[in-house]
Amino acid sequence: RLVSGLVYLAGRVCLSQGSAGSGAMGPVEAAIRTKLEQALSPEVLELRNESGGHAVPPGSETHFRVAVVSSRFEGLSPLQRHRLVHTALAEELAGPVHALAIQARTPAQWRENPELDTSPPCLGGSKKTRGTP
Amino acid sequence: MSGSLRRAAAALLRWGRGAGGGGFWVPGVRAAGSGAGGGGSAEQLDALVKKDKVVVFLKGTPEQPQCGFSNAVVQILRLHGARDYAAYNVLDDPELRQGIKDYSNWPTIPQVYLNGEFVGGCDILLQMHQNGDLVEELKKLGIHSALLDEKKDQDSK
Repeated sequence: RLVSGLVYLAGRVCLSQGSAGSGAMGPVEAAIRTKLEQALSPEVLELRNESGGHAVPPGSETHFRVAVVSSRFEGLSPLQRHRLVHTALAEELAGPVHALAIQARTPAQWRENPELDTSPPCLGGSKKTRGTP
Repeated sequence: MSGSLRRAAAALLRWGRGAGGGGFWVPGVRAAGSGAGGGGSAEQLDALVKKDKVVVFLKGTPEQPQCGFSNAVVQILRLHGARDYAAYNVLDDPELRQGIKDYSNWPTIPQVYLNGEFVGGCDILLQMHQNGDLVEELKKLGIHSALLDEKKDQDSK
């Protein structure tokens, strides 16, 4: 009973923190990781599925936050950096991914502040089309 | 001078907490339908983003944002005392919602335009706010950020 209780708690924690490296990575998250690795050869890639905090069904892969640390960002404005990320994830953004919070840093910038920020709380979205992007 | 600024800032906070209309600092909110001319053609959107110095596309309105990221944009602009900005609610108009994404080649909402130019979404605006760039960009548009006055008040104490 103790073990099942712990497993239940672990599951709850994972739900609230998104995938949190628990091994329960969905296909969209896996695709995002692969494509960003291929496009930007990041030194650091931190990806969090934040769908659990939004008005979408459990198990959704619609809202993500990503920190990408890559020397490819050197000399690029924030807008240019974000566009690089968008280009790599064009398919996902045209498809299931509805929100993508991006921290795009050079290695030096990341060392100054090596943390994945948190997103603001959901305010409900479109009540008319709840569950659809 | 600083006393009246403090009172104005307090009024802002009340408004931000959903105290309702009638506040002193109310942005020039345009309903998506009437302002945008119902739709999102490139020409219409181009005219729309150039009509005002600060233009934002949100989910919801500044008084009632319906998305945390859109709300972040509203709160940042509020902190800077930028009050005469145009805000368009994409949830009211699916054509606008898709049209503005095509226009800027940017896949998400919110979107911020300064002086007719696309600046980015919530992350970028937050970055600009944190590193001082937003104060500078607003200054170029003839908008004096309220945060400059706060700093002056603190420096003179």
